[in-house]
Formats: sequence, C-alpha cells, structure tokens
Amino acid sequence: MNVTKLVETLGLDVVSGPFEREIAGVYVGDLLSNVMAKAERDNLWITIQGHQNVVAVASLTEVAAVIVVEDFELEEVAIERAQERQVNILRTPLTAYELVKKLINLGI
Amino acid sequence: MREQVLLQSKIAQGDFSRGGETSSNLKEALRKLGIKLTISRRVTIVTYEMEMNIIIHSLGGQITVYISSEQIRVVAEDLGPGIADVERALQPGYSTADDYVRALGFGAGMGLNNIKHYSDHFTIETEEGKGTTFTAIINF
Repeated sequence: MNVTKLVETLGLDVVSGPFEREIAGVYVGDLLSNVMAKAERDNLWITIQGHQNVVAVASLTEVAAVIVVEDFELEEVAIERAQERQVNILRTPLTAYELVKKLINLGI
Repeated sequence: MREQVLLQSKIAQGDFSRGGETSSNLKEALRKLGIKLTISRRVTIVTYEMEMNIIIHSLGGQITVYISSEQIRVVAEDLGPGIADVERALQPGYSTADDYVRALGFGAGMGLNNIKHYSDHFTIETEEGKGTTFTAIINF
C-alpha cells in the first residue's frame, strides 16, 4: 500500500505531504535512539513526538511516513522542515494501539 | 586508498535545530561514493548519536569522518565538560540529560550503547573539565 491510499483509507490528517511512498512494515517508538536503530526504510513510524528532530530521524531512516498519534502537537518548524525534505507527516486522534490494530487489518 | 577526510562539521551546544544535519550530509556523501547500505546505515547511526551527544551534553565540538579502503572512522571531539564516570555513562538507561531533553525523546541512556553496538571499535577519551573524544571505526 502507498501513503496516499493509507491516508484515504484511515482518514488521517496530512500535516506534510503526501509524498508518494510505498509502505512496508511499522515501527512504534518515542525514543529517538531506538528509532534510529530499529526503524527500517519504508516503515510507518508511529510516535507522539512532534518536534523538528523527528524530521531528521525520519529522513535518516527513510521511513515512508511519520504518524503522530493522539493528536499530539506538531511544531511549526517541524512541519516546514518536513515539507522541505519531503517527509510525510500524518496525524490521527487514535492511540498507537488503535492505529496498529487498523494497520494489521489492512495487512501492513 | 590512504585515509582521507570525508567530512568535517562544527556542532554548537544546544543547537537542536541542526540536529541530524551532519549525519544527513554524511549519508549523502556515502551514497555518492556508492558505499553499501548496510555500512552506510551503521555509520549514520553512530554519527547521529555522536552529533546529538555534542548538542545535548557538551559545550560544543566537531565531528570529523575519515575514509580509507578498509574502514570509516568517525571522531567526535568536544570542548567539555568531560565525562565524570565513563563506566556509568556506558550503562544502558543511564543518562545525565534533563527533563526537557528527555521529553523530546533523547537522553534515555541508549546513545553510547548504539555507538558501541553499531561500530567495530569504539573508544572514549575524556578528562573532566577538559573534553571528550569519541572514536568509532566501522570496517568495510
């Protein structure tokens, strides 16, 4: 599945993007060192972090999109930077658990 | 190939706005050189951790990345304050980071472990009140 289709299917808010990316797998985490070490290219990265260093980590790990859950706030500077670097940032009021259940049902 | 400098970058204390910039530039340089993704990924993780350590814990410093036909060597030097207890700093979960930094998802005490895990050789030279030099080697 690609990011545009995911946004449509789950009704996610697009904060930055959507830039065309195929999705493969998921990583959930808020500690950036763990995300750097464990997130794989093309993963969806689910987090509550919404600051500018999230964009740096997303870009370095080449995740397909960041999904900020529980409608956590995003810094304006993070959004600008994400658009510059073509990093997808999506947002949802769902908790990480509720979102993961939906992603599993979609076969991701 | 004799060892040569691939990249050198100054990093300022507390400059979160540029966190990851050195690692991104390095990643791009490695891509242009056609370095294998598995190697590039390890080098990037190590450099990112060193970069964030300088921003979070030091008074500022610099990162220099050297490349030869055998290896990539990442050296992070800072201007202080030095690490009081290196053994403790290396314990997973131990960190001196403040609450603000922790709330951003840093300072969980995993950084040095990541560097150790993803490099083939890792050394720390530190003197309290002076500064710290981290050297990590990733072999091809």
